Amino acid sequence: MTVTTASTSGDTLEPRPDLVTLTIDGVETSVPKGTLIIRAAEQLGVAVPRFCDHPLLDPVAACRMCLIEVEGMPKPQPACAVTCSDGMVVKTQMTSAVAGEAQRSVMEFLLINHPLDCPICDKGGECPLQNQAMTSGQGDTRFDGPKRTFPKPINLSAQVLLDRERCVSCARCTRFAEQIAGDPFIELLERGSQQQVGIADDVPFNSYYSGNTIQICPVGALTSAMYRFRSRPFDLASTPTACEHCASGCSLRTDSRRNAVMRRLAAVDPEVNEEWNCDKGRFAFRYLESDRRLTSPLVREGGELRPASWDEALVAAANGLKTADGKTGTVTGGRLMVEDAYAFSVFTRRVLGTNDIDFRPKGSSPEEEQFLAARVAGRGLGPTYADLEGAPAVLLVAFEPEDESPIVLLRLRKAAKAGTRVLAVAPAASRGLAKLDGTWIPSVPGSEATALQNLAPDVVDLFGQAGAVVLVGERAAASPGLLTAVGELCDRTGAALGWVPRRAGDRGALDAGLLPTLLPGGRPVADAAARVDTAAIWGAAEVPETAGRDLPTMLKAVEDREISALLMAGVQLDDLPDGAEAALRAAEFVVVLDTHDHAVVQFADVVFPVAAAPEKAGSFVNWEGRVRPSSQPLRTSLMTDARVLSVLGAEMGVAGLESDPVALMAQLEEFSGWEGARVSPPSVAGAPPDPGPGLLLATWRPLLEATHLQSGEPYLAATARAQEVWLSTGEARELGASEGDMITVTGASGSVTAPLVLAEVAAGAVVVTGNAHRALGASGVRVQVAVEGQG
Amino acid sequence: MPLTPVLSAHWDEADSYTLDGYRRHGGYDALALAFAKQPDDVIQLVKDSGLRGRGGAGFPTGMKWGFVPQGDGKPHYLVVNADESEPGACKDVPLMLANPHSLVEGVVIASYAIRANHAFIYIRGEVPHAIRRVASAVREAYAAGLLGQNILGSGFDLEVTVHAGAGAYICGEETALLDSLEGFRGQPRLKPPFPAVAGLYASPTVVNNVETIASVPSIVTNGADWYTSYGSEKSPGVKLFAVSGHVERPGIFEAPMGTTMRELLEWAGGMRKGHRLKFWVPGGSSVPLLTEEHLDVPYTYEDIAAAGSMLGTGTPMVFDETTSVTRAVTRWLEFYKHESCGKCTPCREGTYWLVDLLRRLESGVGSDDDITRINEVSAQIAGRSFCALGDAAATPFPGAMKYFADEIALGTHTAASDLYDPVAATVLAGVNA
Repeated sequence: MTVTTASTSGDTLEPRPDLVTLTIDGVETSVPKGTLIIRAAEQLGVAVPRFCDHPLLDPVAACRMCLIEVEGMPKPQPACAVTCSDGMVVKTQMTSAVAGEAQRSVMEFLLINHPLDCPICDKGGECPLQNQAMTSGQGDTRFDGPKRTFPKPINLSAQVLLDRERCVSCARCTRFAEQIAGDPFIELLERGSQQQVGIADDVPFNSYYSGNTIQICPVGALTSAMYRFRSRPFDLASTPTACEHCASGCSLRTDSRRNAVMRRLAAVDPEVNEEWNCDKGRFAFRYLESDRRLTSPLVREGGELRPASWDEALVAAANGLKTADGKTGTVTGGRLMVEDAYAFSVFTRRVLGTNDIDFRPKGSSPEEEQFLAARVAGRGLGPTYADLEGAPAVLLVAFEPEDESPIVLLRLRKAAKAGTRVLAVAPAASRGLAKLDGTWIPSVPGSEATALQNLAPDVVDLFGQAGAVVLVGERAAASPGLLTAVGELCDRTGAALGWVPRRAGDRGALDAGLLPTLLPGGRPVADAAARVDTAAIWGAAEVPETAGRDLPTMLKAVEDREISALLMAGVQLDDLPDGAEAALRAAEFVVVLDTHDHAVVQFADVVFPVAAAPEKAGSFVNWEGRVRPSSQPLRTSLMTDARVLSVLGAEMGVAGLESDPVALMAQLEEFSGWEGARVSPPSVAGAPPDPGPGLLLATWRPLLEATHLQSGEPYLAATARAQEVWLSTGEARELGASEGDMITVTGASGSVTAPLVLAEVAAGAVVVTGNAHRALGASGVRVQVAVEGQG
Repeated sequence: MPLTPVLSAHWDEADSYTLDGYRRHGGYDALALAFAKQPDDVIQLVKDSGLRGRGGAGFPTGMKWGFVPQGDGKPHYLVVNADESEPGACKDVPLMLANPHSLVEGVVIASYAIRANHAFIYIRGEVPHAIRRVASAVREAYAAGLLGQNILGSGFDLEVTVHAGAGAYICGEETALLDSLEGFRGQPRLKPPFPAVAGLYASPTVVNNVETIASVPSIVTNGADWYTSYGSEKSPGVKLFAVSGHVERPGIFEAPMGTTMRELLEWAGGMRKGHRLKFWVPGGSSVPLLTEEHLDVPYTYEDIAAAGSMLGTGTPMVFDETTSVTRAVTRWLEFYKHESCGKCTPCREGTYWLVDLLRRLESGVGSDDDITRINEVSAQIAGRSFCALGDAAATPFPGAMKYFADEIALGTHTAASDLYDPVAATVLAGVNA
C-alpha cells in the first residue's frame, strides 16, 4: 500500500497546534481545542437536538436530548458537554442508530409529563420542544398514565409567569440568572418529577434582565404577563430594530401584528448585546399606544392650542421663526435617531442661521461640552464591548452600569469572570459593582476628580496595561474637574476612553454636531476649514461662524430677550434644569416637534407630531460609536423630524433639505475621518465640596422609573426596585438607625423617606436610590438625614 | 470460611466506641506507623493491599488517592461518604456507632497520604445517633492530640468536620455530596473534572466510603500482604457483610471476600423458620437479584458480576417465598422515583413512568404491554442518565424478569396482595392470626 502524505498540494494548511481534528458523521473537521461536540457538529450543518444547551451558558448536560455516539465510549455521550479531541469519531443521529434511539427515548420521556396544550401555549409555533418532537420524536406516545400537574401559573415576578407543568427542567433560566445576570433569585426546587423552578417567598426576582429567561425557555413554561395569550408567533411580523431606550445599543426583534407591537425580543448580535437585552428594552413599548400621542399639528390661538392643518401649522411656524430672525435656539432630547439629529444640525445652521444648539437638556457644563467635542465626537468606533471583554482592567467613573447601561454590565460581568479587573470611583460599593467582583475607590460626589488624581500607583499601573479602558458616565458632567481628570488619566496611562451616556440618541446627536461649538463629525465651529468643509457638504454658502450658546446660556438669553424663539424636539420639562419653565414662558415663540403631549407642549406656539422610533427607519449610535440600524415595524402617516424640518425649511426659503434617512446617513458619513483641529480638551480644576452640615447626596436615575417611554406597562413598572437610603454603618450608628429603619432625607426642595440599607458608602455621603432628583436635586447637594419622625 | 472480625472485633465491648475502648486493642497505633512513612509510601501500601471502595463501585482506593495532584499549591480535601442510604445497606452506620475511632484514625492516615489538612465526614441526616458517636469520637481525638495541630509530633495538621446531610439518597453520589457539603442543593456535577482534580471548593478531593477509610488502619498495622492473604486477587481483604431480610438472625458478619451467601445464611441462622429462600440481592437494591442457584457464588466483585449481578455494598437482602417480587420491585422503584434528584430527563421521567406501570402490575390491572414497556423504559434509562442513580433504577425490573417472569405476568389479572399476603412477609406474620 502506498502511503501518501497530506501535504501533496501546495495549498494544504499546516496543522495548527490549537486545533483538534475529529470525524463527525464520517466528515473530518478541525476545530479549536475545547470546542464542544455540539458546536463542532453545528459547523458541519448537523443540528443535534438540545434543550439545556445554550452557547452562552455553561454546559449542564441535564436534558440528555443531545446524546450521541462516540467511538470507544460505552454509553451515548451528551454532545453539549463533551469537548472534541484528536482522532475522536462521533456519530450523531444522522449516522448512529444508538444516538437516534437515545434521542427518541429522551424526547418520549420529556413529553410524558408535558401538557398537550400547544394550541393555547404562547410558545406554540416557535417552540423547541414542539419542533424537536417533530424532528426527534416518534409522533405518538406510549405513555397512558396520569400526567403530573401543578396549579398554574405562579408569578416569579410581576412580569414573569411560570407554568410549572410545562417546564422540562433544562435550567436555562436559573443558569442565566446566576451566570449571566448575576441575579440568582430563581432556582430549581424539589426533587424528581416534582422538580420546579421556584423563588424564595421573601426575595423578589429583582433582576433587570428577567425577560431573557422567557426568551431562552425552550418551552412555554415562562411567559410574560404582558404578552401571555395575546398572540401567536405565526401571526407576527418580525422587524429588526435597535432599542430606543439607552445607549447600550441592543439589537432587537420587534414583533408586530395589525400595526401594533406585540412584543420585543433580544436579537442575536455577538458584537453588542450577544443574545440578551434588559427588561426595559424588552417590555417598554406601550408608550406608542398612549392616549397622549400627538396625531395632528397644533397651533396656539387665543392662548389655547388647537388642532390645525399641516399647511396652517407650517406657515405659522415659519412666520414665527422668521420673525425671530436668527435669534432662535434649538434644544433636542434623547429620543432622536441620528438621521433626525443630523437634520436638526443642518436646519439650525442653515435655516435658523445660528449655532445655538444643545442636545443636553439636563443642563451641563462647558467642561463637558469641551470634553465631548475634544475626546468623543466623531471619533468613530471604540472602545467596544469586545474591548471591555479583552481589557485587563476597566475603571468606572460616575457610572453605575446596571442602571445606566445594563448591557455594559453584562459584558463587564463576562469579562470579570474571565479575569478583567473592574474598579469604580463611586460614592458607594453598589450591588452592580459586587456583581463584577469590583474594587471600590470611595469618593464623595464632587471629589471624584481628586480621587482620580490621587489613584494609588498600582491602580494607575493597571491602566497603563495595553487594552485598559476607562468608562465615564454622563453624570461626570456634574462634578467639576472630573471630565478633565478622566481625560488626563487616559492621556497619562494610554487607557482607552469610553463615554457612556444614558439615552439612545446622545452619541448620535454629538456626532451630528448638536453642540454650540461643534459641527458634525467632531469639527469645531471655530475652525475655518471645518466650516468650509461643512458648507461644501451642505451645498451652502457658509455656516455660522460665531460659537453658539449651550442650554443654560440659551435659557438665560431667552429671559434676557437675546433669544426670542425656541425649537424643541423630544424634550420633557422634567429633563430641563430648574427654572427652565420661566424661560419657556418668557420665550416669544416656541416650536415643538414631539411624539407625545408632554408638559413642554403646553409652552408651544406650534406643535408638529412626529413618528416615534418604531414608526420610522433610521439608526441610533450607541456608546461605542457603533451605528445601530433600525427598520420600521409600524406604518404611520406621521413624518419623521427630518421630514418636518425639510418642509419647514422650504416654507422658510431653504428648499431641498434632505430628509431621506439613507441620504442623511450618507451625508453624515461624509463628515467622518476629520483630521483637522479639534476643540481642545477641558482644563478645569476640581472643586471639592465645601464642608457643611449634613451629608452629600449621591444618586442616579434607576433603569426603571415612571418616565413616558415606560408608560402603559404596569407589569414592568411593578418590577422597579424600591427606593432605599444607603448609609455606612458609621453614619447609621451616629444617627441611631439600623437596617430597615425608615430614613428621611431632606434637601432644599423636598424630602424622601425610604428604608435604610447599611452599605459601603464613602464617609460624608448618603446614597438615595431610585428617582430622587426631583425631590432632592442632583448628586453633590447637601442633605439632612434623620430617622423618620425624629427629624 | 471463618469469620474474620477486624473492624467489628470488639463491637461487643461496652465501650468499643470510646477512645479508651479503641486504644485498648491497639487503636491509633497505625497512625504512628503511617507517620513514619512518606505519604507516597502510604499510598503505595494501600495500592499494594488492593483495597477497593466499599461504597458500591469498588474502585481501587490507592489508585484514587494517587490521582490527587501533589505540589499543586491547592488545598486538598478528604471527604468521607457516610451517607449510607442504599436500601438494604446497613454497615457504615453500625460501624460508626460501634467503632467510630477506626474511621477517625483512617481519616488521619488517608489525609496524611493525600496531603489534606481538612477532612469532612458527611453523615446521612437521618442517623443522629451515628452522627453523635462520630462527633464525640472526633472530639475525643482532638482532646487526645490525634487531630488538630502537629498530630503526635508529626508536624501534620488535620481539621475534621462532621457534617450532617439532610436526607437525600442522591447525596451519596460523590459529586452531589460535594455540592451538598458546599451548601448547594445536592445534585450530581458534570464530570470531568473529577473530584481528584476539582472536587470540594474546586480543589483536589478524595471521596471514600466509611468502611473503606476505616479499613486503612488495619492495613497499615498488618501490612498489604496480610490484607491480600484474604479474598481473591481482584477482590482482596475482608468485608462487612450485612445480612437483612427473612433470616433468623439478621446482622453484620465480617468475613473474607469470597465468602458465599450460603455461609452468610448459615451465620444468620438460616431462613426464618418454616420458610425457604426465594431470592436475594447481593449489594443493595441497585443490583440485580439472584436466587438459590447462586448461593455458592463467591462474594467477590468478579464472581458476582459473572453471575449477572454486582457486589455493590455487599449487604445482602434475603427474601423468602412470602414475598411478591412485583411488590418488592415496585417498592424499590418508588424509592428511586422519590429520590431521583430531577436533574436529568431519563431518571426524572423514567422513574415516574416505571412506578405508574409497576403499580398497575402490583394491583393486578397491568397488561402484557405494560410488562414490555417496563423493560423498554428501563432500557431507555440505563446508560443515558446523568449519574448512576438512573442506572440503579433501571436495574431491578429486568433483574426480576430474568427469574420471575411468570409471577410478574400474573399482575395482568391478579393483585400481588391476593397472591402474597403482605403481612405474611413481615415480622407481624401470625401475630394477629
